[in-house]
Amino acid sequence: MEQAEQSEGQQHPLGIYFKIWVMLFVVSGFSYMVDYVGFQGNLRWVLILTFMWLKASFIVAVFMHMRWERPAFIATILVPPICLGVLVFLMAIEAEYTFLTRLVTFVAEQVPMGHGAEH
Amino acid sequence: MANDVVATDDPAALPDGLPGVVADYSGDKEAFHIHWGKAMMWIFLLSDTFIFSCFLTGYMKVRMTTTVPWPNPSEVFALTLFGQSIPLILIAIMTFILITSSGTMALAVNYGYRKDRKTTALLLIATCVLGASFVGMQAFEWTKLIEEGVRPWGNPFGAAQFGSSFFMITGFHGLHVSAGVVYLAVTAWRVWTGFYDRKGSYATVEAAGLYWHFVDLVWVFIFAFFYLW
Repeated sequence: MEQAEQSEGQQHPLGIYFKIWVMLFVVSGFSYMVDYVGFQGNLRWVLILTFMWLKASFIVAVFMHMRWERPAFIATILVPPICLGVLVFLMAIEAEYTFLTRLVTFVAEQVPMGHGAEH
Repeated sequence: MANDVVATDDPAALPDGLPGVVADYSGDKEAFHIHWGKAMMWIFLLSDTFIFSCFLTGYMKVRMTTTVPWPNPSEVFALTLFGQSIPLILIAIMTFILITSSGTMALAVNYGYRKDRKTTALLLIATCVLGASFVGMQAFEWTKLIEEGVRPWGNPFGAAQFGSSFFMITGFHGLHVSAGVVYLAVTAWRVWTGFYDRKGSYATVEAAGLYWHFVDLVWVFIFAFFYLW
């Protein structure tokens, strides 16, 4: 037990890095397969987002050593991005409104009978 | 005993969990028991997270609002190999290269803390080479798209916003990778010449590693939202 020499930085067995490395390859393969196989609709979204969050968590937790940091530091770094969720949510609502307005003002004008979305 | 001031910086002697958060923030001294270089790198990466998120959110908005059909990334980024058109293949290869480089970087940090100077430097150089090849492939991708007529203001495949989103998001990411290659090359040189041995700390290598993993992390989101949507 050489405590004095062990005190600096993050030291972990190599095994965990190789495990995460393999997992990242496997999950990336899966997300590529989503496109290759051609899943569509909600299933596609669920798969894409699941694989994305899995990969992101692996990288942040292990490669970036976040799971071994103290909770105060983890909170300082990982809590602020939550407000980005609010931004995405608001912009999505706004986008829906803009899209519908464009349909009404740009597309419907060109189609005399309305129902512009079909064309 | 209960009112004793916590006068230690040894993480093992500090309380864990929520009391740990309170103790750290109210400690009236350095809040974070972490190497300052790492803390500063994380703060920088947090700000970078907001920049990339703004780009991706902007992209989401223009894609959701356009009344013109969005070009199908699966077809736009397809490549003909061995007489067969394979969807997204170059992007898949780039993804795997970046993951591989993240792995070599993680190992470099680990060997750095073991004070294994040569292995650390070699792993850093391997990371650099993989990063440079990623940028090379991106240059190839850009050239191919520009030759096909994709411009920031329009393209032959569909919605005009496709070009501006593509060049801005992948361009900014590519800039990060390029800067990272230079950053890691400098770090590798310093490791090789024993700079961190004389300094007695390899924590700066971990800070460089954080930057590199972040570049990989951003690519995970770009891959999901730009190429797979």
